[in-house]
Amino acid sequence: MSPTIPILILAIPLFMFLLLGLLGMKMSHKLAGWLGCLGMGTTLVLAYCTAYTYYFGGDFVGANGERLMSVVFNETWLAFTDKLVISMGFMLDSISALMLVVITTISFLVHLYSLGYMEGEKGFQRYYAFLSLFSFSMLLLVVATNIFQMYIGWELVGASSYLLIGFYYTKHSAVSASKKAFIVTRFADLGFLLGILVLSFTTQTFDFAELCGNPTAQVTAFAGKTFMGCSLLTWALILIFTGGMGKSAMMPLHIWLPDAMEGPTPVSALIHAATMVVAGVYLVARMFPLYLWSFDATTFIVVVGAITAFYAAMVACAQIDIKRVLAFSTISQIAFMMVALGVASEGEGQVCHHGLGYMASMFHMFTHAMFKALLFLGAGALIHAVHSNDYTAMHGLRKFMPVTHITFLIGCLAIAGIPPFSGFFSKDEIMAACYAWHPVIGVWMSVVAGLTAFYMFRLYYLIFWWKEHKIEHGHKPHEAPLPMLIPLVFLAAVSCVAGFIPFGHFVSWNHLPYDIHLDWTIAGISVTIAVVAIVIATVMYRKENPLPAKMKALLPALWDWCYHRFYWDELYMFITHKIIFNGICRPIAWFDRHIIDGTMDAMATITNKASVAIRGLQSGQVQMYVWVYLIGALLLCGLGVMAVIL
Amino acid sequence: MDYSQFLAMKQEIALLVVFLLVFLYDTFMPQRSGKGLPVFATVLMLIATIGGFCSCCLGGTCSLSAFSGMYETSAAIVAIKNILNIGVVIVLIQSIRWANGPDMAVRRGEFYELLLVTLFGMYLMISARHFLLFVIGLESASLPLAAMVALDKKRYESSEAAIKYMLTAVFSSAIFMMGLSFVYALCGSLYFETIYINLAAQMSPLLILAMAFVLAGVGFKLSLVPFHLWTADVYQGAPTSVTSYLSVISKGAAAFALLVILAQAFGTVYSQVWSWMLYALIILTITVGNLFAMRQRNMKRFLAFSSVSQAGYIMLGVIGFNGTAMAALMFYILVYIFSNLGAFGVIQAIENNCGKVSMDDYKGLYKTNPRLSFAMMLAMFSLAGIPPFAGFFSKFFIFTGALAQGSTAMYVLVLIALINTIISLYYYLLVVKAMFISPDESVIPTFRSSCSERLGMWIAVAGIIFLGIVSCVYNWLLGIGAHTAIFQ
Repeated sequence: MSPTIPILILAIPLFMFLLLGLLGMKMSHKLAGWLGCLGMGTTLVLAYCTAYTYYFGGDFVGANGERLMSVVFNETWLAFTDKLVISMGFMLDSISALMLVVITTISFLVHLYSLGYMEGEKGFQRYYAFLSLFSFSMLLLVVATNIFQMYIGWELVGASSYLLIGFYYTKHSAVSASKKAFIVTRFADLGFLLGILVLSFTTQTFDFAELCGNPTAQVTAFAGKTFMGCSLLTWALILIFTGGMGKSAMMPLHIWLPDAMEGPTPVSALIHAATMVVAGVYLVARMFPLYLWSFDATTFIVVVGAITAFYAAMVACAQIDIKRVLAFSTISQIAFMMVALGVASEGEGQVCHHGLGYMASMFHMFTHAMFKALLFLGAGALIHAVHSNDYTAMHGLRKFMPVTHITFLIGCLAIAGIPPFSGFFSKDEIMAACYAWHPVIGVWMSVVAGLTAFYMFRLYYLIFWWKEHKIEHGHKPHEAPLPMLIPLVFLAAVSCVAGFIPFGHFVSWNHLPYDIHLDWTIAGISVTIAVVAIVIATVMYRKENPLPAKMKALLPALWDWCYHRFYWDELYMFITHKIIFNGICRPIAWFDRHIIDGTMDAMATITNKASVAIRGLQSGQVQMYVWVYLIGALLLCGLGVMAVIL
Repeated sequence: MDYSQFLAMKQEIALLVVFLLVFLYDTFMPQRSGKGLPVFATVLMLIATIGGFCSCCLGGTCSLSAFSGMYETSAAIVAIKNILNIGVVIVLIQSIRWANGPDMAVRRGEFYELLLVTLFGMYLMISARHFLLFVIGLESASLPLAAMVALDKKRYESSEAAIKYMLTAVFSSAIFMMGLSFVYALCGSLYFETIYINLAAQMSPLLILAMAFVLAGVGFKLSLVPFHLWTADVYQGAPTSVTSYLSVISKGAAAFALLVILAQAFGTVYSQVWSWMLYALIILTITVGNLFAMRQRNMKRFLAFSSVSQAGYIMLGVIGFNGTAMAALMFYILVYIFSNLGAFGVIQAIENNCGKVSMDDYKGLYKTNPRLSFAMMLAMFSLAGIPPFAGFFSKFFIFTGALAQGSTAMYVLVLIALINTIISLYYYLLVVKAMFISPDESVIPTFRSSCSERLGMWIAVAGIIFLGIVSCVYNWLLGIGAHTAIFQ
């Protein structure tokens, strides 16, 4: 494959960023918006062409029918040693081609949607510039040929996420949310960087083709090396996973994602639902051949994922802000993907249940990107209509916004796992993989799936049913404009049919295509649980009734904890403000202010004094100049004599 | 006589041709076409500069000598002459407006002729392998400068500066000659080669005296402390074009010449006699230069002391004594040319338009002349050595070059130099602060500088930004440094 199209895929968003960033203020809103859409649309077409060539072109299929990992181009950027070289390149394999499709699709739809949603906002051009920057960074991340390029993209998406969360920079909550997101993910990235260093120091390479193409050789490099009772490989992989935990909002680093909802809603759909937050999953999937060799690391992933999934689902049941519900739902669903990846491994390079979990995870990543973007964009349409994030301000909107209503319902059905919507298929694969790995995890995840169906339909009923508010001043909620409806309808359509894609043909852990068989027992259980949960939600929330209040009164502590997100933010506040700030930062600040600054001030004073003291030397008299000159020459002689003697 | 020897002197010959053409133009062209002279001279100099890059000796171990070994040229020497040429072209571009001013009508030609003669002298200093030729170069690089300093003769300071310069220069020359005569007494020859061989066996008090006097003589040109006292008065009094020429070209040439003398003539006694003298001079130069620069309010005087302390850093490259350090020295000179000329370009533009040279007048300049302030800020950042500007890299390379020698004394020297960098940051930022942060209304009105001034500033700014990032320039010099035969 010639590198022209891949280069363009990266270059067009970057160019759009520079164009809109530098010249945006000179353009009208309309021009900037359409330029952004045009750029992203072109990228979309190119990415689709690339993915089509990869999956169906036949050039990328190996002798055994496996899909090959192909480095389209790879330029050396910075060479540390002969082996440790940071390159910039474009790698095409089954998961990066998948991500190309997902990212460009969602990004394009969000570009289009924002034309309506962001209309008339101050800084419209800046918004589109940042969107392009994000798309570029995310694409750079997924096509990385080496772990360092991925790290660069990783940080760039972090930075663009920061910029977009804080888009309404005059709003205090948005600014602190953007800071929180940046700091928490940066903190996690420290682990990622350490992991990269451990990994590359031991294996002497950054390159994915070497790291993952030949994992046994890398594992041999790690043989016998342990640190604090755990093998070094496990340490490296867990550290790398820490980066993924930050970006993908796993416990306990999840605290930034709910706050990130302060950004414009389309941004939440693109970055905080469909693409950036799954970067952690993508990272683990990319390094999967190595994770296979460390059962400890994958078990860690499963445990973290399982706890996070349950926790987020519980919290989502008690939130009022519809975007927060969706945010916690995202955390929970990403945890599903993480668990799926974890349960695909059995350690020592062996996969569990034909590596079903890997495929399931990627499948769910794909379907989730579609229906979660749909839900977020639907939420955006609602917020656009009622100018509030609280469901208490909504109620009964199905009469005013039929299209949004139907598409949102499809999204809810998909995420709840009702056939034939896409979520059913991908979640079923995950369940099958979980049950095969360990029944406990299977049951646990089934419970979480039930909770998912419950909170989604709770949200659905609270928004679209109940009795509508009295309409004041003739300000009736209205259906969203066309640019916002097109993405909704498209995504709803995808969510209806995506489940029938024979996903195993495209993505599998060993790149060999295989057929997916639905496990009817597990599917039956899942659907039953989902239906029961929906029924419960219907009973409780279909109409205004005293049942929820009774439930609340029955378990007040649980409600409080869920409502306050199990007090994680307060815990963080306590640790940072009370322990770190008081115990560590203040003493250091004192030392800095008094000892270090004092020394510096003293030096500055001495310098100043010296400067005043020697002022007389420059008298302006030539006689004096000559004298100094002569004395200087003679002193030099003295130094020469000293040098000779010594 | 073998006339082909003259071919080794291509750059000198080119310069002489430029000089003669300028002289003929000045003498025989009618009065009214006098205003064309600055552009004419600048273009000729530009052609000579480009020609210099097509010279025979551009890389590798190439080395040519002429006049029974009195004159030598090699890749490094061609390179340093080219660097000086680039600086001279920028100086000439920047001075076009001043030279076309009403006061200069009669003296326009003299400025260019004298300048070219001094440049020729510097060429000889760099290429000389015999002290006779060196002295000729030194003198022709010094005495015409006094006349140039006095060009602004309606200003009292200009004449005062010239006479001060003249007196101290003569004194310094006398001392230098005395040192040389001692050397001759010890070795019986003025050829560098012979001195190099004979001097090793001649350890005596006379030798020490000779070395100290020679060093004082060159130190004067470089304005090393304590031979620097003329610098401030002369920089302040001279016309700004002359000051900028004096501060970069003259200094760069002297530094390289000193490197050549040290390596080729006195290399054998370097470690025994010179090292301590040089260490002391470097520490004094950087520190005292900084301490004085802190207190200056006149921009030209301020830059005079800044250039004194910069000379100290340049000296670090001189004593590194290996190919890497030499490359770093050449790179430093190149970057210093761009940075300092950037600063002088701004000063000159402001002086030409409103006659202000005090730092207090620069307060709030950003509001009235943002572009000028920006250029000045870049120049200051580069001089202070703030990344990513060229000055950072040149300082970095000169420190690494010095450290490559590996002796403890070098580590101490570099440490002191680093501490001084912080002090220098203080006063360079004073200028930036005055321009950008001071709340005062600027006394300098908004004006549009002339084409030549802008061109000069653009070149300097481009150099400041790109020399650091574009690695090929340094790599080119590094390649030359690696092959040089100067260190035997």
